Amino acid sequence: MALVSLTNVSKTYPAPDKHGRPVVAVDDVTLEVEHGDVYGIIGYSGAGKSTLVRLVNALEPASSGSITFDGRELSGLPERELRAIRLGIGMIFQQFNLFNSKTVWGNIAYPLKVAGWSKADIAARVAELLDFVGLGEKARNYPDQLSGGQKQRVGIARALATSPRLLLADEATSALDPETTQEVLELLKRVNREFGVTIIVITHEMDVIQSIATKVAVMDGGRVIEDGDVFEVFSTPQNPSSQRFVSTVVKGIPSPAELAVLRERHEGRIVTISFRDGDASQAAVFLELANAGLDFELVYGGINDIQGRAFGHLTLAIRGADASIDAALTSIAARVEVTEAA
Amino acid sequence: MDRLFELGSEFWVAAAETLYMVAATLIIGGAIGLVLGVVLYSTRPGSLLPNRAVFTVLNVVINFFRPIPFIIFLAAVQPLARYVIGVGIGNDALIFSLSIAASFAISRIVEQNLITVSPGAIEAARAMGAGPVRILRTVVIPEALGPLILGYTFIVVAIVDMTAMAGFIGGGGLGNFALVYGYRQFEPAITWAALLLIVIFVQALQFLGNWLARKVMRR
Repeated sequence: MALVSLTNVSKTYPAPDKHGRPVVAVDDVTLEVEHGDVYGIIGYSGAGKSTLVRLVNALEPASSGSITFDGRELSGLPERELRAIRLGIGMIFQQFNLFNSKTVWGNIAYPLKVAGWSKADIAARVAELLDFVGLGEKARNYPDQLSGGQKQRVGIARALATSPRLLLADEATSALDPETTQEVLELLKRVNREFGVTIIVITHEMDVIQSIATKVAVMDGGRVIEDGDVFEVFSTPQNPSSQRFVSTVVKGIPSPAELAVLRERHEGRIVTISFRDGDASQAAVFLELANAGLDFELVYGGINDIQGRAFGHLTLAIRGADASIDAALTSIAARVEVTEAA
Repeated sequence: MDRLFELGSEFWVAAAETLYMVAATLIIGGAIGLVLGVVLYSTRPGSLLPNRAVFTVLNVVINFFRPIPFIIFLAAVQPLARYVIGVGIGNDALIFSLSIAASFAISRIVEQNLITVSPGAIEAARAMGAGPVRILRTVVIPEALGPLILGYTFIVVAIVDMTAMAGFIGGGGLGNFALVYGYRQFEPAITWAALLLIVIFVQALQFLGNWLARKVMRR
């Protein structure tokens, strides 16, 4: 059974003024997050992903549809019971949302106090968490004395304090520089691997999905327009919006503008060959071109690694007799996807 | 000047009375104002315990009383003071009226400072399963503590100002002293002596408030 399951979930906010229409933030979303998943939800700002994640821990009630966490239906539960459920769901935020009036220690101890732990247990648990996020010597510091990356590590320690089974990460790296982003993502990977915590990652950055997620849902206008294994979505995005996101991290088929530049610099026919893990190897393709007596060079593209599986789009400029090129391409196209620029 | 030395002991008694009235008002009015301010903050729409009826009533009541000039307010609540305290004049009656006026003013200052607490910190606490009352007590008030202390400091200075009107309802304090022995007896030196001591009080309170706030905010 899925850990989190959303069925036909919508969230509508009342119209902002008398003449306006109600705002549909989340529109008929159905998705399932399995135990152990790192589930990425990507979309532009305003796509409804932050609202969606707040429905999962019931910070906002859904307008319609069913949301279950660990088999329990959340909609309709009284606030008191929802609070108990929230203890089992950690959350981290883009702006960290630490308590500035409390020390690092006090921040991490807070959820444990809410959960009613004894003083001795709290002390032991906070020490353990500080050690896990590598901030042991910062226990007595206040948040404004920490760097962004350190703040988010405190946020993660605080979110994990009560050993939740689910962690919600709402744009958790969007306020961090690229290097710190990688550090935080590595930490989240460890959280997933070592503690088996299921993670839902909200982001607008495709490289965050690429480096951490196992599954991904693409949101646009409150709807999930595409979802599935990260490898599938990255290697063969179906929807134009997904394709735009994928193109931010994967060099695919050159755009018309890029093509014009390529044509200016390279002679011959411009052909993109798309490889996917398990298809014919590059070596076989190149050998075939060479055997046909064709002269070719790699002009655009790259190979990507997602969850240990490779895929990529390589654009070649091929020179030779048109007939031999056609013959070679037809033969290659039987094994891998070939797209020739018009 | 000689007259001031003759009145020496009365001068210091007046000073002590001013301090007594300020301290009592700060404690009583400060506590009531804190409660009213927290209720105002938490019952407004979209806040932790939204309650339109409570918010609207409280808001209207505070808006009604707050702009009333204190000297008129003193006269207006005198019958109530007589009923509650037993007397309508004197320091204790004044403390009663002062505390009511200060409560309304403080409630606004508390509300305004609590509103500045980051919604993100509150959301984080909610996400950890904390209830509204716990969030008010352990997140909202501690997060706003520095500005709250500055707000209270501002009010204390205003209370010192208001205690000077004690003389009008038969109370004591430096205001009364300046009026009775200075102004009415054409002794500007005495008026100025009282004035200087009030300025010293205000400066000391302001300094103390700033120091405390700085300590809390660690800046």
